Amino acid sequence: MKQTMLGYLKQESLIHNLTGATKLICLILCSLITMLTYDTRVLIGMLIFSVIVFRLSKIRFSDIAFVLYFILFFLLLNNITIFIFSPYEGVKIYGTRTELFQIAGPYTVTLEQLFYHLNITLKYLAVIPMALLFMVTTNPSEFAASLNKIGVSYRIAYAVAIALRYIPDVQRDYHDISFAQQARGIDMSKKEKLSKRIKNITAILMPLIFSSLQRIETISCAMELRAFGNHKKRTWYRERDFGIGDYIALVLVIFLFVVASVITLSNGGRFFNPFKSI
Amino acid sequence: MRQPVIEFDNFSFQYRAQAHPTLNHINLTIYEGEKVLIIGPSGCGKSTLSNCINGLVPFYYEGEISGSLKIKGKETREMSIFELSGQVGTVLQDPDSQFIGLTVAEDIAFKLENECNVREVMEKKVARAAKIVDIDYHLEEEPHNLSGGQKQRVTLAGGMVEDIAILLFDEPLASLDPATGKAAMELIEEVQMRTNKTTVIIEHRLEDVLHCHVDRIIVMNEGNIVADKKPNELLPLNLLSETGIREPLYITALKYAGCEVKAESNPQHIDTLKVGSSCRDKLVKWYTRISEERVSNKNQTLLEFQNISFGYNAQKEILHDVNFEVKKGDMISIVGKNGAGKSTLSKLLCGFYKPTSGRIIFNGRDIEEDTIKERAEKIGMVMQNPNQMISKAMIFDEVALGLRARGVPEEQVALRVHEVLKVCGLYPFRKWPISALSFGQKKRVTIAAILVLKPEVLILDEPTAGQDFKHYTEIMEFLKALNKEGMTIIMITHDMHLMLEYTDRTIVLSEGYTIADDIGANVLTDRAIIGKANLKETSLYKLAVKAGLENPRGFVKCFIDYDRRTRTR
Repeated sequence: MKQTMLGYLKQESLIHNLTGATKLICLILCSLITMLTYDTRVLIGMLIFSVIVFRLSKIRFSDIAFVLYFILFFLLLNNITIFIFSPYEGVKIYGTRTELFQIAGPYTVTLEQLFYHLNITLKYLAVIPMALLFMVTTNPSEFAASLNKIGVSYRIAYAVAIALRYIPDVQRDYHDISFAQQARGIDMSKKEKLSKRIKNITAILMPLIFSSLQRIETISCAMELRAFGNHKKRTWYRERDFGIGDYIALVLVIFLFVVASVITLSNGGRFFNPFKSI
Repeated sequence: MRQPVIEFDNFSFQYRAQAHPTLNHINLTIYEGEKVLIIGPSGCGKSTLSNCINGLVPFYYEGEISGSLKIKGKETREMSIFELSGQVGTVLQDPDSQFIGLTVAEDIAFKLENECNVREVMEKKVARAAKIVDIDYHLEEEPHNLSGGQKQRVTLAGGMVEDIAILLFDEPLASLDPATGKAAMELIEEVQMRTNKTTVIIEHRLEDVLHCHVDRIIVMNEGNIVADKKPNELLPLNLLSETGIREPLYITALKYAGCEVKAESNPQHIDTLKVGSSCRDKLVKWYTRISEERVSNKNQTLLEFQNISFGYNAQKEILHDVNFEVKKGDMISIVGKNGAGKSTLSKLLCGFYKPTSGRIIFNGRDIEEDTIKERAEKIGMVMQNPNQMISKAMIFDEVALGLRARGVPEEQVALRVHEVLKVCGLYPFRKWPISALSFGQKKRVTIAAILVLKPEVLILDEPTAGQDFKHYTEIMEFLKALNKEGMTIIMITHDMHLMLEYTDRTIVLSEGYTIADDIGANVLTDRAIIGKANLKETSLYKLAVKAGLENPRGFVKCFIDYDRRTRTR
């Protein structure tokens, strides 16, 4: 069976040793910074920071390459759509218009627009490594524990964790069912017309839903029989105490957050405008 | 004075959605430290009874209760499922479907987490429970990567990690291969001896449970308790076969031969059974009277596996150089422990995966290039769980699915579906919704849905899993009848009875190698093969050896033929 994508990769590293809660808080703060600001200097700083963190984690690039390319494809798509629907967004934001060349009709490439696209791309690039890293360096049960720690109800946290844990099982069910139905003549390959294929998918989905429901019933019985939901709180076997690394990481990220906010606000807006002085 | 732990007093229960009560006026007391087996055919109420003990009834499955049930002197209705879980540790059927934690340690700790234990306490308790069931060297592993027997150990540890009074096992043998099942019974016995916990086992596979000692057997039928006896007192009676439970085979053999089975001869276990000289003479006489050699003369090869090797990835090969052939009209079984590659073999045959080397020859032609759909015209595959195949609401539509997908005109579809439904005994139900059918009938629908495509060979994955003796006989006789009509049948199974009784030949896989290709009676009397493939020696053979019969293998074969004829008459 294939290794599941974005599954937990066991390793010994500084990043792995941080508790799930620390990683989650850091991820949220870093995402906030990159979401809020369009300041190119801050974004470049964040990008460098996340590349460093990625190196520290000892995760190989090839482990996440597929997902990364997938996201980059969407980034490209995103950029193209922005340009198509709003070719002068940059002009509007930065208040100047430096035309470079005309493509066709109303579409003229401006320096301001290019700069705006650069910022958007930087935003993605700065936050993607962090998010991927969080997924592959956090043990799913610690993930549940960390959600619980930042205030999410443990029932919901556990629902998330157990969903993650059942993905491989459902995948296996899906494979078996789709094989069995294909053997009965339900064609899922490209040879069949799209409308027919969509109809054929129900032949797989119905049994998949029913066998999943069965699964859910068994697992919820098993959980109740072991006192899940008895108390308002629960403890976590995998929960770890905050170590020195966690405090350092938190302080560092909070510091970054403050610095980034100050720089961003000092522009008098979310945008850093290099065109004003020209 | 022994302390009662579980007390049913005139207890009845009716599920909310059901018209009749599932349990009728149950009176039953189980004492501290006792080990009790509750046995009965499907639908007799034994699972409901176990759900009453652990609190799933009425807290999870709702319904009407009358009478009283006390656990350690406390009325269960006034407790909660959580309070009960502090007294009763339950091990459900299929270990795979009840793992919650991602590692063994976490799974064992699950109950402790919910009870808000601090981590240091949890670690201590987990270590202790893991040690009792001997899984302490696997704490950091993923439960799914363990073997079947180890998985069972984990679920057991998870159930008894807190200091509970009662251990409850709901069909602990259902998904295990024979040798692992044997080991599971030994484990239960060992844990019970070490901790002296009251142990309740729900099962219908009597002979396998009796591998270890039990104090009492409670026989249930149609919601009532029909017997409550010590094994040695129960086995001489004919009550078991009357309620549709399979007696241990050696007991049946003794009864056929006309031997009197008495409590004094200690029949609860084949090793402790005393076979007197008069009984011995009767066995010899019976054997010589009915023995006859049957020779099969099939010769046309239908299907051939030639040097098949396969692995899901390049690093790990699952099948190594597998060779065997299937003659037209054969009914064969493929056996072997979990993960030996049995199911993989069927997937290769259907074309779901391609072998890395070797050839599959069907009717003299290499089918390597054939697509899944093309192969399906010749090879029909029925999956273990009918829920994994059924995608329509009505029986007719489900059976017609394959034909319609192939563009067969609707008049012809109706004709062929009706024909197949008659063969499968489902014709009277043709207008019913599938949801109204029993599990066994659903299984038949899935078989019909494949048969309608007129394959030349039928592969069934565990055709009788989870079925009681009556349904087992029904399904297997149905398949046998198909086989008599000329259908070639291949079954993948854990069930030693099935392989002995219904197959002409057995192919044994172990670690991806074929280690035997012989008739069932020979396989199940060969110690080397039994050991390698996690099978279990049949008690008939032991009986024959014990009675000093000259040809124990012949005796096994002869019993099987005789028993089937008697049963289906």
